[in-house]
Amino acid sequence: MTELGKYATTVLAAYGASLVLLVGIIVQTVLANARARRELQEHERRG
Amino acid sequence: MSIWEYANPVKFMRISGAILPWVVAGAAICTVAGLVWGFLTPQDYKQGSTVKIIFLHVPAALMAINIWLMMLVTSLIWLVRRHHVSALAAKAAAPVGAVMTLIALITGAIWGQPMWGTWWEWDPRLTSFLILFLFYLGYMALWGAVENPDSAADLTGVLCLVGSVFALLSRYAVNFWNQGLHQGASLSLAPGERMAAVYRYPLYLTMLGFFLLFLALLLIRTRTEIRRRRLAALLARENLA
Repeated sequence: MTELGKYATTVLAAYGASLVLLVGIIVQTVLANARARRELQEHERRG
Repeated sequence: MSIWEYANPVKFMRISGAILPWVVAGAAICTVAGLVWGFLTPQDYKQGSTVKIIFLHVPAALMAINIWLMMLVTSLIWLVRRHHVSALAAKAAAPVGAVMTLIALITGAIWGQPMWGTWWEWDPRLTSFLILFLFYLGYMALWGAVENPDSAADLTGVLCLVGSVFALLSRYAVNFWNQGLHQGASLSLAPGERMAAVYRYPLYLTMLGFFLLFLALLLIRTRTEIRRRRLAALLARENLA
């Protein structure tokens, strides 16, 4: 395991905040795409 | 075959659908491997373990600037040639760019506190980055505020041109003013200033990972925008009938 020393909180805070933001934009992107595809398919199926 | 053929939404959907799994796989591998490799690097003799923040801060800042420049190019294509896919690609890129800018600002503040003794300083690069973030927010708000999509694309295209000044300033502010706390280029090739290989290689990998992550998100979000536009067109046609 890597040694973080006295800056452990600093490093973990930077990684934590960044990962939350990255995962957030990925999840929002995937969900919005799935919703748009579903709505278009339903509309086209209804004709 | 002309490059403008890709501006056809049907062709864009077909080609982007084919390459998307490869881009997603590349983004996942490079980003995860780069960040894990970076996290496991040894401590720096001056900065201690805070040096590990560079593997987030630099790729995010790099993407923040370059995403705006990509939006500038696609906005110009819309303004000059009226290709809808290019306008939708600019719209799709903005939230990703805003997140990258926010990551650069947050990690910079967290890193700055122990190294500079302050979370924030009105330094040329930091200030221009904050303005760039505000431009991202304004750009997204403008897209949401204008009902007619073509008018929204026109207005946001012009806003993108104006914001490009700050995108370039945030890159070259250190060179222009030669003052402030932020250092110059992190990946300098100058003798004696070159980053040690133990940090340089994982940084290259995370930069590639962040680029591929952006590309994957851009393709997915542009496909979403095309589907939404298609659905809106179908609904408008039904209402007319």
